Amino acid sequence: MKIHEYQGKSILARHGVAVPRGFVAFTADEARAHAEALGGGTVVVKAQIHAGGRGKGGGVKVVKNPDAAHAAASAILGMTLVTYQTSPAGQVVSRVLVEEGLQMTREMYLGLVIDRSTQKSVLMVSQEGGVEIEKVAHETPEKIFKAFIDPALGLQPFQARQLAFKLGLSGDEVKKAVTLMLSVYEAFVASDAALLEINPLVVTAAGDLIALDAKVNFDDNALYRHPDIKAFRDLAEEDPLEIDASKFSLNYIKLDGTIGCMVNGAGLAMATMDIIKLAGGEPANFLDVGGGANAEQIKNAFRILMSDTSVKAVLINIFGGILRCDVLAQGVIAAVQDLGVRVPIVIRMEGTNVELGKQMLKDSGLNFTTADAMDIAAAKVVELGKLGN
Amino acid sequence: MSVLIDKSTRLVVQGLTGREGTFHAKQAQAYGTNVVGGVTPGKGGTTHEGWPVFNTVADAVAATGANASVIFVPPPGGADAVMEAADAGLALAVCITEGIPTLDMMKALAFMKGTGMRLIGPNCPGLISAGRAKAGIIPGHICKEGRVGIVSKSGTLTYEAIHQLTGNGLGQTTCIGIGGDPLIGTSFIDALTLFAADPETEAVVMIGEIGGSAEEEAAAYIKASFKKPVVGFIAGQTAPPGRRMGHAGAIIAGGKGTAAEKMAALTDAGVRVVNSPADIGRAMAELIG
Repeated sequence: MKIHEYQGKSILARHGVAVPRGFVAFTADEARAHAEALGGGTVVVKAQIHAGGRGKGGGVKVVKNPDAAHAAASAILGMTLVTYQTSPAGQVVSRVLVEEGLQMTREMYLGLVIDRSTQKSVLMVSQEGGVEIEKVAHETPEKIFKAFIDPALGLQPFQARQLAFKLGLSGDEVKKAVTLMLSVYEAFVASDAALLEINPLVVTAAGDLIALDAKVNFDDNALYRHPDIKAFRDLAEEDPLEIDASKFSLNYIKLDGTIGCMVNGAGLAMATMDIIKLAGGEPANFLDVGGGANAEQIKNAFRILMSDTSVKAVLINIFGGILRCDVLAQGVIAAVQDLGVRVPIVIRMEGTNVELGKQMLKDSGLNFTTADAMDIAAAKVVELGKLGN
Repeated sequence: MSVLIDKSTRLVVQGLTGREGTFHAKQAQAYGTNVVGGVTPGKGGTTHEGWPVFNTVADAVAATGANASVIFVPPPGGADAVMEAADAGLALAVCITEGIPTLDMMKALAFMKGTGMRLIGPNCPGLISAGRAKAGIIPGHICKEGRVGIVSKSGTLTYEAIHQLTGNGLGQTTCIGIGGDPLIGTSFIDALTLFAADPETEAVVMIGEIGGSAEEEAAAYIKASFKKPVVGFIAGQTAPPGRRMGHAGAIIAGGKGTAAEKMAALTDAGVRVVNSPADIGRAMAELIG
């Protein structure tokens, strides 16, 4: 799960990490009031969306007084930000963060992620702050320094100290950096984060280390034990069909193509998208109904596919293991009868009770196209999708 | 021969009395697996569907001589169940549970080091040695005894590969679903190492997916020291970056973990990489048929 910058900063602050003073605003009037509360001087008005690259897209403005904050918030609120991390359609801004302006002397990078190979958390720092860290990692990997953290022992002060010196810090800054890194690690573990980035981490003119930005992603599997973090979910940042699907424990991701697909299992669902593409089509979605889907879930999955107006044809690809083909057939027939069909449907199923399932589809009198192999099914659905245009 | 599991395996089911545990214990037994009992804390001393139930894995080992376990406990207790299995001295644990928090798994994997237990999973379909025994949820009836090993991050895509191999007249030795989570007990390299040492396994199907770099690491291992023919497929060639595709580990992050990179690495290692998931069986038949 992703959250907004201001929410990430509130988590960091709770664990003792210094962040700029600031407040979230949903209207321009609120933004002016916050700017006044911050002393009436220079503030930064930052668009809050779940994507990076906001500055380049015009979503961050530094202004000198509360009236200018009002004007900046008016301009940003409601705008559609398109950045390298948003979809091509962009994301509408509905809240801004109003923060005190700071004088800084240095910008650095700090990140915590899970390293799959060593099966440890890894703390990464770089003197190259404020830029895309992926670019640094690609072009000058020697400028990124890492500490691998023993999960039982946690981050040790000497590891933080080593990284602080690698950042070129000295004197009191080193001590402050060590305290900050230990706090950031504590926040990471306590909130079951999957990724935590402070970019940039700045040294202010006063010599303090402050998290000027915060990006935190969480492990969805651990959200059950973090109701406070779950409450940060912003549905406006998510696709309505994806929200709908999540209510029925369906794994659905909206894509840009025209061939809807419904599959059991994540790997087979990705492979089905791939084979649609190889057949000359574009998948409209990823949809994994799971290993043990019931007729009700299949009906809802079908309804969601049908409510995507760009879908021209549907491919259902099920390998029945636990999910039996007759249960699938029953669910699909019921869905088609209830919801009506406006596009061709190709069904490919294999595995447990496949003959019974096929017979049920045939006996239903409904107009399904069937195929025995994945590639043939993909070719058929792409062909039918084109005819529909 | 086969790897990890066979007729001599004495399997205990952690979470036997739950719906999933009961169903798959019966399936495993029907397939010929020696299921010796189950563990459900608080139900020790009872019997369930004819099997003795124990409070702890250690009790089950003492009473039945169990040497392997399959885990069907819910996600909040999943990592704990893995540690309990390791502590009881089992040689193998297969964790089917999907949804275990990553940091829990990180601790369990650290705990396991030095215990000698091999973990398959979590978030996996388990494994099956065709015609011999199974631990997990792979349907037995689609398998056929033969000479091809399978290692895969995916469940149903593994079934698809088994089906295609069988359809091309090629049976299997052992099919291992290693799981789609970011942190797992057995990597592609671990599984390939086992297949390398198994004289009956003549070739291997390897099914990867987007996210992480396990496929690239496997490619380096294959290039350096794996001598048997390999057919590879990577799922997610059309997956958008930054989105978690069902599996917790299946995400292209920061431009890394793409299917194209993995396919290139495997091709460079001499693996017969197929673009289409429909070509897995045919490609293997061409290699060793």
